This record gives sequence, C-alpha cells and structure tokens, in this order.
Amino acid sequence: MAFQSSDQANAYWRENLSLMLKLLAIWFAVSFGAGILFVDVLNQIHLFGFKLGFFFAQQGSIYAFVLLIFVYVYKMNQLDQKYNVHEE
Amino acid sequence: MDLKMMTYLMVGLTFVLYTAIAIWARAGSTKEFYVAGGGVSPMANGMATAADWMSAASFISMAGLISFMGYDGSVYLMGWTGGYVLLALCLAPYLRKFGKFTVPDFIGDRYYSQTARTVAVVCAILISFTYVAGQMRGVGVVFSRFLEVPIDIGVIIGMAVVFFYAVLGGMKGITYTQVAQYVVLIFAYLVPAIFISLMITGNPIPQLGFGSTIEGTDTYLLDKLDGLSQELGFALYTDGTKSMADVFCITAALMVGTAGLPHVIVRFFTVPRVRDARTSAGWALIFIMILYTTAPSIGAFARYNMINTINGPDQQGTLVSETPQWISNWQKTGLIKHEDKNGDGKMFYSGDARNEMTIDRDIMVLANPEIAKLPNWVIALVAAGAIAAALSTAAGLLLVISTAISHDLLKRNLMPNISDKSELRWARGAAAGAIMVAGYLGINPPGFVAEVVAFAFGLAAASFFPAIVMGIFNKKMNKEGAIAGMLAGVIFTVGYILYFKGIFITPLAPNKPENWLFGISPEGIGTVGAVINVLVALTVSKFTKEVPQEVQDLVEQIRFPKGAGEATHH
Repeated sequence: MAFQSSDQANAYWRENLSLMLKLLAIWFAVSFGAGILFVDVLNQIHLFGFKLGFFFAQQGSIYAFVLLIFVYVYKMNQLDQKYNVHEE
Repeated sequence: MDLKMMTYLMVGLTFVLYTAIAIWARAGSTKEFYVAGGGVSPMANGMATAADWMSAASFISMAGLISFMGYDGSVYLMGWTGGYVLLALCLAPYLRKFGKFTVPDFIGDRYYSQTARTVAVVCAILISFTYVAGQMRGVGVVFSRFLEVPIDIGVIIGMAVVFFYAVLGGMKGITYTQVAQYVVLIFAYLVPAIFISLMITGNPIPQLGFGSTIEGTDTYLLDKLDGLSQELGFALYTDGTKSMADVFCITAALMVGTAGLPHVIVRFFTVPRVRDARTSAGWALIFIMILYTTAPSIGAFARYNMINTINGPDQQGTLVSETPQWISNWQKTGLIKHEDKNGDGKMFYSGDARNEMTIDRDIMVLANPEIAKLPNWVIALVAAGAIAAALSTAAGLLLVISTAISHDLLKRNLMPNISDKSELRWARGAAAGAIMVAGYLGINPPGFVAEVVAFAFGLAAASFFPAIVMGIFNKKMNKEGAIAGMLAGVIFTVGYILYFKGIFITPLAPNKPENWLFGISPEGIGTVGAVINVLVALTVSKFTKEVPQEVQDLVEQIRFPKGAGEATHH
C-alpha cells in the first residue's frame, strides 16, 4: 500500500473524483451546452463573423478541450505530490 | 511538370521517407518491440497518436461533409476531439497503471473471465474492421483521382499498398514513422487552407478567415453562405437540418466511442509513466486541434468556391462548354455527374428541383486546391497527405486486428501452447485477411467515409467505454454484469444499424427520421447502446456473485500512479 492509511487512500480518490467531475462539467457545458442545447440562444450573439453558438460548435469547444486536459495534468501532478503517490 | 507526374513524385518521396525512418528506428529498438514509448517523449508520442488517430475520414472526408452539412458537421468536430478529454480523465492513467497491452487483456483480467476476454476480442475485431473499411474507401478515392482510374481499381491499388506497408513492412507501428506522417499530413492540410483563406478573406490564418469578411466586400463569409444557401434552397449553413436530439446523440457516440477505440487506447499503455499517459493525451489533442479547427474553415471556403464556380458569380449557371477544369477532372472518376435536366446547356447546383449536379462529398478536400486553381505541387501534396493519413491509421488498425486474433484469441484462449513464430504467422495472415474484407467493404461502401467510420465509434461506445470505466470506477462491477452489459450494448447497436443500413443484408426499414427511435439516426445510436450497456451491467451485477477480493485490490492499485512498472508482456 502506497498510502499511509486507507483514510489517505480514500481522501486521494475523493479529491481525484471531484476534480474530474468539475472538469467534465465544463467539458459538457462548452460542447453539449453551448454547441448543441443552447446553440439557438447563443446564435443571437455575434462574435466577428461568427454566431456564438456556431463558434462553440465548430471552434471554441475544441480549444476548451485542450485547456481542460492540461489543467487536469497540472492539478493531478500536484495531488500526487500531496499524497506522495507520484512516480519516481 | 504535369499533375500526374508531380503526384507520383510527391507520394514517392514521402514513401521513401517513411521507409527510411522505419529502417533507422527499427535497428535500435528490436528490444522495445512492445514498449514503443520507452525513449519517446510525451510530445512525440502525442504526435504519433495524432497521426494514428487522424484517418482518411478526418483528412479527406470530414471537411467535405462539413462543407455539405454546415452546422450539422459540428458533430464530427466536437465528437472526435471531446473524446480525448474522457480518455485523459477517465481511462489513460488507470490503464497505464494496469500495465498490459491490449484492451481485451484489461477486460479479461479485471473481470476475471475468459468469456469477458472473448467478448472483448470480438468487439475489438468488429470495431477495427468497420473502421478500416472507411480507410480503404478513402485511399480508393485518392488513387482513383490521381491515377485516373475508376474508384474500384483505386481501392484495389490501395489494398496492395497497405498490404506491403503494414503486413510486410511497418507492422510494428513505429512511433517515429507516424511522427513523420503527422508532419506530412498537417503540412498538406494547412498549405491549401492558408492559400484559400488568403484568396477569399485576405487573412492567412484559416481559423480567423473563417470569421472574416469576404475580400473586397463588407459581407462576412458565413453570412454570405447563409444567403447563398437560402437562395439555392439549402438549409442555412450555420443552422443545419438534423434534430437537436440526433446532433446530441451523434456527438456523444463519437466522443465516447473515441475513448473506447482499441487502437487509440493501446497507445497509452506503452508510455513510460502514468503522468506521461495524461500528458500524451493533451499533446495528442493539441496536434489534432490544428487540423480540426482548420477543417470547418476549409469546409466553408470550399462551399463558397464550389457554388461560385458551378453556378457562376451571378448564380445563373455555367455553360457546359466552359466547364471548369476541376469538374471535368472529377467527372472522369464518376464522382461528379451532371445531367442537363432543363436542356439549357448550363450546369446548375442547388438544393431544390433546379439541381443538375451529383457531387460525392468525399472529394471536397482533394478538389479544393483545384477549385481554387492552386499550383500543381499543392494538389500533389494533398494527395500525399491523404495517403499518409490513411496509411498511418490503417497500420494501427491492422495491428489491433492481428493482435486480437493471434494474441488475445489464439494465445490467451484457444491455443495457449502456440510458439512465437506461429503466433507471428497468424498475425500476418489475420492482417492479410482483414485487408481483403476491408477492400470488399471499400468497394461496396455502406455510406460515405466519415459515416462508415462513425459506425465503428457507435460500436466502441456501446461496448468498451462503459466496461472499462465501470471496471475502474466501480469496484463492485462483476464479470456477469460486464459481459451482459457489453453484449446488450453491442447487439442493440449492431441490430439498429443493420435494421436501417443493412450492410450485408437488405435494410428492413427505410433510413428516415420518421422511423428512428426517438429521432436518433444509426450514427448516434451508440449513445443509447452505451446507456443500455451501463443499465444492464448495473442490474445484472446486483443479482449475481460479488467481485473476488483480489480483483477489488487490483482496482485499488490502479487508482494511483506510484509503483507503475514497465508495461509487461505475458
């Protein structure tokens, strides 16, 4: 067991899950939310030559996905250090 | 130099490059046959993953589909990128910690069952076959245009090339070859996009040109396209025709399917450390993003150029005697047809009864530089890029099919005493057989390239993704639940697709929105399949035997990075 105690293991896993769920909520919001479910509402707003909903569906969501993964990598590396379960 | 010569030269040069790299890289790495990532940085691994991932469908077909579908094409853009978020957050680090080589390995060990392994093998083979069929069609389109042969001959030439490349040569999926293929394909994709963006909008960055005004006017490109669509009887470019439920489900099926594709998952088994598995997914998505944010720009530019060259700037039609060169080129392949319905001697393209043109969507990316009258070397470059995209993916897929048969099915299941040598023979034979079947499907395609590929995602979404995620996040999921879930998901999804598309049989009902379940098309049904998988699995696991303690301990172990050894072979 790499953790000090099973409490530690549970705490690590809970923090991991909470980070994951937060990021997945953003993932859902930028793609399914802005690009699909609320596309018609957002299309009322214009951003240069784009309707905003259309922009999220064809450009914006993809940029957001990349950011999400790198935020996850950064936060998880911190979490691994905190609980001392990082790799050598 | 004429286009044909230029194409031979460009494709030939890139082949020399790949072969040289394959030979150079293999010399030093025979020891690392399986752990391709041993000395490879996450960035290079990400680039290779991107090349492996971006297929003929991404390169050739996607921008063309978007061009015809407008907003509806967003399903491919979001679907094929959003899956990487799921992969990075829910699968890659844990599968790396688990430390085996194939998806059936994980399923078999986590669910302590040969039956589960066999179900996984069958799913892996089914998925990879559907996927590779789309690749063969794509290769066929490229060869038929540039060698000026009918599409069927193009597919057969493609089969021969893939056979030599993947079965005899670079079967080992050498990472550096795929890095080179990424560079070739992204360069080939961006060059014409930049040229065309400059010509239409005056902005050299296609992503920005997409939202700019048309050069010399105050009209935004997208507004102009909406106007033209309306005038010609198409749905608005920024609006589309699919129902919201269908768009939602197709996007979800593609995302979940991406994260469940065996040939993508496999790449994260072989990076050196768990943290590299997370980073690799990020790098892969950056490299994929470059192409995926350019594609919708190309789609819009191509749409604008195509309508203007066929209908003329005044939208009155073009005289047949003045047919633009690109149209007569593609007419030879049979992928563009013109029928002068009103007998006025003119071509006209529209979305209503006035239409006289039949245009295959798969040709748009290849025709795009011709439509914009770019120099021959650019057109030849695009051909080389398309072939790079198709080859790198086909090689990765054939590897999955042949390891699924030789390693997972024969060695781990039916014939445990098989020697390494005959395992390799079986692997080659399986790959050769796979190419024949894929070629048949390429000649008799059940849909456009991107659509055929979309089915593979539906199957992956309905089978692997739920089984793997539950395996990691739900310690109580047992073998009975997982097996029942995968079977229910796949049988439902395959059944639904066959019912409407009838790949080897006659469809049982016309493929129309009125007939669909909840208005969800066969492309999006994988989402429902995935939900069914989860529901069946949870229900069955409630009423069957509990998971053995050692398996629960295994799940505890894969949940944190420390102690991840090198990936091990059995």
